[in-house]
Amino acid sequence: MFKTLIIGFLLGIVGTIAAAYYMPVVDQYREPSVISVTPNGGNVETFHVNVPMDRIMTGVPNQSDPLPPGLDWPVDEIFAGVRAELFKIRNSRDLVIGVASRVAAESAEFGDSIEWVLHLPARGSFYVSLSPQSLDGISRVGQMSIGTREFQSLHGSVSERWVENADDEDEDAPAGQIEIVTMFVGEFSDDDAASDLSGENVGGES
Amino acid sequence: MIRYLVVLVIGLALGAAAASTLLFYNPLAAQNPLSPLSVSDKEIISLTYSTVASDAIVYTNDGVSRSHPHPVKVQQLWEAPIRRTDVLVTVLADSRSNPAGIGIKFMSDSERTRVINGDALIDSAWHIYLPKRGSLFVEQTENYWNFLRQIVVPAFWSAGESWKGTWHGNTTVGPGSLGTARVSGGTGALAGLESEGVEAISARAYSVEQGPVSMEGSLTIEVVGRNDPQETEVAAE
Repeated sequence: MFKTLIIGFLLGIVGTIAAAYYMPVVDQYREPSVISVTPNGGNVETFHVNVPMDRIMTGVPNQSDPLPPGLDWPVDEIFAGVRAELFKIRNSRDLVIGVASRVAAESAEFGDSIEWVLHLPARGSFYVSLSPQSLDGISRVGQMSIGTREFQSLHGSVSERWVENADDEDEDAPAGQIEIVTMFVGEFSDDDAASDLSGENVGGES
Repeated sequence: MIRYLVVLVIGLALGAAAASTLLFYNPLAAQNPLSPLSVSDKEIISLTYSTVASDAIVYTNDGVSRSHPHPVKVQQLWEAPIRRTDVLVTVLADSRSNPAGIGIKFMSDSERTRVINGDALIDSAWHIYLPKRGSLFVEQTENYWNFLRQIVVPAFWSAGESWKGTWHGNTTVGPGSLGTARVSGGTGALAGLESEGVEAISARAYSVEQGPVSMEGSLTIEVVGRNDPQETEVAAE
């Protein structure tokens, strides 16, 4: 009887430690990425925000109808030229895959700026700085210079465009979309070159 | 036979309890080292904010977590890919407690979380806009193991389901090799900055029902390693 208790005790210890080691505590749900490859080797991915349903927050001073209701945006003078927005971000299959912030600021000292941070929990985040001047009145372009995790070794261009909904018949349709198109390329590092030359990446040999 | 089975199950339960206790009190797990930036002689940007959800401009999550979204009618992050993500929008104050900017913090549970290592990890990113200086992007991995062990679990055990005291700890554990966050400048005078930062928490009260009741976060950012984009362009020519 005592031997059985000891065996159970040891099994309990081993089982718990094995479970703590092998069982993932967090498993972020990930939608398959919808990426196309352009002829020059860059990866193109399109995201969008359905307006107004994906807008979580609009932070501007002195709003008569704040979003979300009850929002208490700071009234300090330094925030006068700042507009901060928070959105849910969708992929090209219209599925929510992340959240994003957009900050537009007017500054006499540094000039105007428009920037995004897209946060995709299962993949990482990236920061985009856009030119405040639009190309054709509806779209802006900029650069992704900083990324984390999956986006860490990537860089490239990003465009932002307002696409108005042309379907007047569907009452539930969004008023329009903010379309964000990314075109990223990976950085070629010396490590990659060295491993290619040594044949490590050929035929799966290592 | 049944008696042996019952004894085996009791043994398993005792072993599981002993292993769980060992993991919880593991002295080798997540210590709280001194911030490497505390001995820096470089210029430092210090920003503080309240981590209490109701003090934020906007705080949102899946709506069923301990901290309740604020304001009450804010959209919740209920979709599967963002269900384990919290977003905080807050006013950041400088070292004199004057408003310095707006901070937007994205926090997602990390898949690298391992209880056996004392890792309760959060992948977080800050989007910071400081009107007088420019913008910053802060990437970090945070470890809340000490916070859970020393505040949240004692709060569950207490009769009043709350914790009160004084607790201070650094949450940043990476991706920098010294356990620092990666800080990048975006626009304005901070454009091109490549530096490090550390986030810390000072807690005074925690409630099982509401989450943090009195808790302040602080971001310490070293201003060093600025890459001037204009200089880079000139060098390229």
